[in-house]
Amino acid sequence: MKLKKGTPLIDQHDKYGFWGGKFGGSFVPETLKKPIEDLTIKFQKLRKDKKFIKKKDFYFKNYIGSPTSFIKLENLSNNLGGAQVWAKVVSEANGGAHKIYNATVHALICKAMGKKYIIGDTGAGYAGKMLSMAAKKFGLKCKIFMGAKDIKRQKPNCDAIRKNGAEIVPVYSGSQTLVDAVSECMRYWVSNCDNVHMAVGSTVGPNIFVKICGWSTAQISKELKIQLTDQFHTIPKKIKLINCVGGGSSAYGFWSEFIDYDKKQIELIGVEAGGPKNSKLHAAPLSKNAKIGILHGAASYVCQNKEGQISETESISAGLDYPGVSPLHCFLKDTKRARYTFATDEDALHAYEMVTKYEKLNPSLEPCHAFAEAIKIAPKLSKDTIIIVNSCGDAKKDRDILKKRLGKY
Amino acid sequence: MSPSLIKQTFLKTKKENRPALITFTVAGDNSKNKSLEILKSISQYADICELGFPHNTPIADGGQIQTSSHRAIKNGFKINDVFSITKKFKEIKKSKPIILMGYYNIIYQYGENNFLNDCYKSKVDGLIIVDLPFPENIKFANKCKKKNINFIQLISPTTSHLRVKQIIKYSHDMIYYISMLSTTGGKLKISSKKILERYGKIKNLTKSKNVVIGFGITEKTIKSLKKADGLVVGSAICKEITNSIKKRQNIVTNVTNVVKRLKNKIK
Repeated sequence: MKLKKGTPLIDQHDKYGFWGGKFGGSFVPETLKKPIEDLTIKFQKLRKDKKFIKKKDFYFKNYIGSPTSFIKLENLSNNLGGAQVWAKVVSEANGGAHKIYNATVHALICKAMGKKYIIGDTGAGYAGKMLSMAAKKFGLKCKIFMGAKDIKRQKPNCDAIRKNGAEIVPVYSGSQTLVDAVSECMRYWVSNCDNVHMAVGSTVGPNIFVKICGWSTAQISKELKIQLTDQFHTIPKKIKLINCVGGGSSAYGFWSEFIDYDKKQIELIGVEAGGPKNSKLHAAPLSKNAKIGILHGAASYVCQNKEGQISETESISAGLDYPGVSPLHCFLKDTKRARYTFATDEDALHAYEMVTKYEKLNPSLEPCHAFAEAIKIAPKLSKDTIIIVNSCGDAKKDRDILKKRLGKY
Repeated sequence: MSPSLIKQTFLKTKKENRPALITFTVAGDNSKNKSLEILKSISQYADICELGFPHNTPIADGGQIQTSSHRAIKNGFKINDVFSITKKFKEIKKSKPIILMGYYNIIYQYGENNFLNDCYKSKVDGLIIVDLPFPENIKFANKCKKKNINFIQLISPTTSHLRVKQIIKYSHDMIYYISMLSTTGGKLKISSKKILERYGKIKNLTKSKNVVIGFGITEKTIKSLKKADGLVVGSAICKEITNSIKKRQNIVTNVTNVVKRLKNKIK
C-alpha cells in the first residue's frame, strides 16, 4: 500500500472506490446505485467547470469568509516551553466551524442538479447548522437528522438549525447519536432519492461523499500553505499539524496540501476521542486498533464486536462520537503517513482550560482533543518546531457541557 | 445436476398458477427458539422462507424490521444461531428453501468462505446481501454458485435498463425486484399497475429467471400483485410479532394466521 505523489488523496482510489485496495468503496443498496452514479458524474464535471469553481471561490470568500486566520499562541507557547504553538482558527468561518465548506459545496451541487430538497446528518450539530445555513442561503428545503441524545447536549446548534428554517428529525434508534443519525438519513435518502440530495457531514459514507467533503475542506490547507509562506518565507523544516479526528473531515482538509511532504518535515497527527478516562467506551477506531468493517456504505476501521455489530461509543464531544472513521485516514494510517492517538474527555477539558486561560481563543471540545496532544508534546520539542493546531470549531455549542463539567463557560 | 430447491419451488407454484409466497422473519426474534417455532409454523403456508440475520446499523430497513433486529440482538442473537436455526428447520422441512438475508459486515467479519461453508453445511438455499450491489458482488456471487447457493441479485426502480440486463446475466435462479423507492415496510406509494408495468419490462428480458417483488406488500396489497413469480412479505410479519408481544398473545399463532391469510389471497 503506497501513497502517490502529485495526486490529491481523494482521487487515489481504484475503480470500485477503494483506497489502498481495501478502504472505502460503495456498499449501498441497489436503489442508491443510480443516484450515487448521477452524483459522481455531476461532481466530476463540476470540479472541472471553471464557472462552478469561480462560484465556489466567490462564496468561500464572501460568504464563508476565507481565509481564516493563522496565529501564534504566544502565551500558551511561553507557558509550555519548547515548541511554538500556532493555531489555524477555522472556527472564524461563517457559522463557527469547518463544516460550512462541505455544506456550501453540497448546496451548490444540489442546485446544479436541479434538486430542491437537501438532507444531512449531524452529531455536534455543526454539520446540521451549516447545512441549514447554506440551504437558506441558496433557497433549498432542508431536513437534518440528529440523534435524540445529541439534540439534548448540543442545544445551541439545534436552536440555530431551527432558526434557519430547517426541520430537525430526531432519531431515537440505537444509541441516539451520530451513528444512528447517519443511518436514518441514508434510509430517508433511499426512500426519496428521486428529488432529494443527501449531504454526508464528514469524509465518510460511500466513496463519492468522501470525495466531495475532502474536496471542500481542502480549502483549509490551501490557505495555510500560503499563510506559512507569508509568515516564514518558506515552509519551515519542522512542522507538526495536529487535528482532532471523528469522521475526519477537518483533519483531511487541514492536511491535504501537505501529504506529499516528507513526514520528517511535516508530521501529521490525528487525535481521536478516547472517551471518559474510566470508561471502556471510546470513539477511537484508529488509535485503539479496531478491525476493518463496513459502516454506512464504506469499509474503514470501525468500533465493533466480533460478530460485526457496531459498538456504542462514548465521548464528551458529540462531533467525534462516531464508531467509524474516514477511509482516507485508514489509508494514511496504514501507509504510516499520519500518526493517530487519542485524548480522553478529561484531557480535552483540561486543554480547554489551558487554552482559554492563556489565549483569546474559544475552541470547542472537538479541537480541544487536538490541543491536548499539543500541550502534551510541546514541552519536549525544540523551539524551532512549529506545532499548528486546527481550531476547527467554536465552543459556543458546548456551553452547557462546559458549565456542568468546569463550572464556568 | 438437479435444479435448485428454489427453482423447483417456482416450477411448482407456476403449475398451480399462483405466485410463490415468500416470508421474511428475523432469526432470533424474539428468541432463538421462538423464531424457529415461527419458521416451522409459517412454512405450512409459505413457499420460501427468508431468514434475516440482524445488524444493528441497517441502512435499508424501515421501522418494523429494525425493531425485530434490535429485539433479536438484545435477546442475545449470535450469528451461529442463524445456522443452527436453519439446520434444525431443514431437518424437518427438507424441501422448503431457506434464504438468508442481511448486511455485508456480518459476513465480512465471519469471513466469506467460513460463512459460505456454514451456509452449505446447514443447507441454506440462497443469500440476499442488502449492501453488496452489482458489480461489486460478482466475486462473492460466483463463490455462492460454487457452493450451490443462490445469490439473489436485487433490481430497483432506479436501476437503468443497461444495468438490469447485466444484473440478469449475473443472477442465478431468482431476482428480487424492489417495488418502489423505500426502505422495507414503507407504504406502497405507487400503483400496483405501475409496479407490474416495470416488472413486466424486466420479465421481458428474462423468461427463464424468477423475479419476485418485495417492499410494501401487505394483506391489503398482495392480491393486486399476484401476477408476479413470487411476492415477499416481511415488515407486515415483523409488525405482527411486535403487536403480539405487546398484547401478550401467542406470537406463533398470530403470525401463522397472517401468513395463512396472505396465502389465501393469492391462491
